[in-house]
Amino acid sequence: MKPKFGVVVFPGSNCDHDAYYSLKKVLGYEAEFLWHKEKDLKASNVIILPGGFSYGDYLRTGAIARFSPIMDSVYKFAENGGVVIGICNGFQILLEIGLLPGVMIKNESLKFVCKDVYLNIENKENIFTKSIKQNILKIPVAHGDGNYFTDEETLKELEDNNQILFRYVSSVGKVNSESNPNGSFMNIAGIMNKKKNVMGLMPHPERCCNPLLGDIDGSLIFRSVAQHFLN
Amino acid sequence: MFKATVIIKRRPKILDPEGKAVEQGAKLLGFNNVKQTRIGKYIEFFVDTTDKKLAENEVREYCEKLLSNPIMENFDYTLEEVK
Repeated sequence: MKPKFGVVVFPGSNCDHDAYYSLKKVLGYEAEFLWHKEKDLKASNVIILPGGFSYGDYLRTGAIARFSPIMDSVYKFAENGGVVIGICNGFQILLEIGLLPGVMIKNESLKFVCKDVYLNIENKENIFTKSIKQNILKIPVAHGDGNYFTDEETLKELEDNNQILFRYVSSVGKVNSESNPNGSFMNIAGIMNKKKNVMGLMPHPERCCNPLLGDIDGSLIFRSVAQHFLN
Repeated sequence: MFKATVIIKRRPKILDPEGKAVEQGAKLLGFNNVKQTRIGKYIEFFVDTTDKKLAENEVREYCEKLLSNPIMENFDYTLEEVK
């Protein structure tokens, strides 16, 4: 079965069109926008919470978007095993609503960081990375609040359950502070929930899917998810 | 009617990059005694009821559910009756 991707649009989302374009026009999957005031997920198999500055990032990133009507449906969908991917601001929304543990604070440098980073795939026993052959991906980040933080107890849980999906590394896979663009705890770039159907990541895979733009490592994540439905 | 004032503080263990940067400014200004600058939020609003207990519950719930994130922040509030 070919999966259908539902891309949620919040006021202030600005990567919604990139995600839609990459999924539909570049990768050839079915995709549809979902307005945040609606509740209907329109029979989507995968929900994308895109990057941007929902509600202007007021109060805290993602803090207000999590109360948008569509998030009730997304929450129930995720609780029932539905696949949800939160990219950048979408990741922040997943943290605020509690589908993923932890918080995002301001980048250690206080600067908005926009550049390519290398990610080590920490775990391939999940639908997001299962069909990816390589271990390191090159994907851009673009954020001011990507400094992942959680307490030691939650970190232990994340590690014990293999929930850490991506870490910032050097081009040869070394975990060090030079490769960490934002001061993120343990170089964490992306995590999953316990059931491994909800994933959040700060880098933007939708920005590197089209070979015309150079890198295509982002497409590998979407292809892996699609493969899960095609099998 | 009640006027609520809420102060949101970062928990002591949470890094505060903004506070650190501001403190660098303090040092440049020559305020050498300034230590441990932490930045929080100040929020005020009215609660339209005459029932103080109800107002208090509403303020607390507003703080817990939206104004603060308990993973990284604590909150304090005061309620003052106004006409």
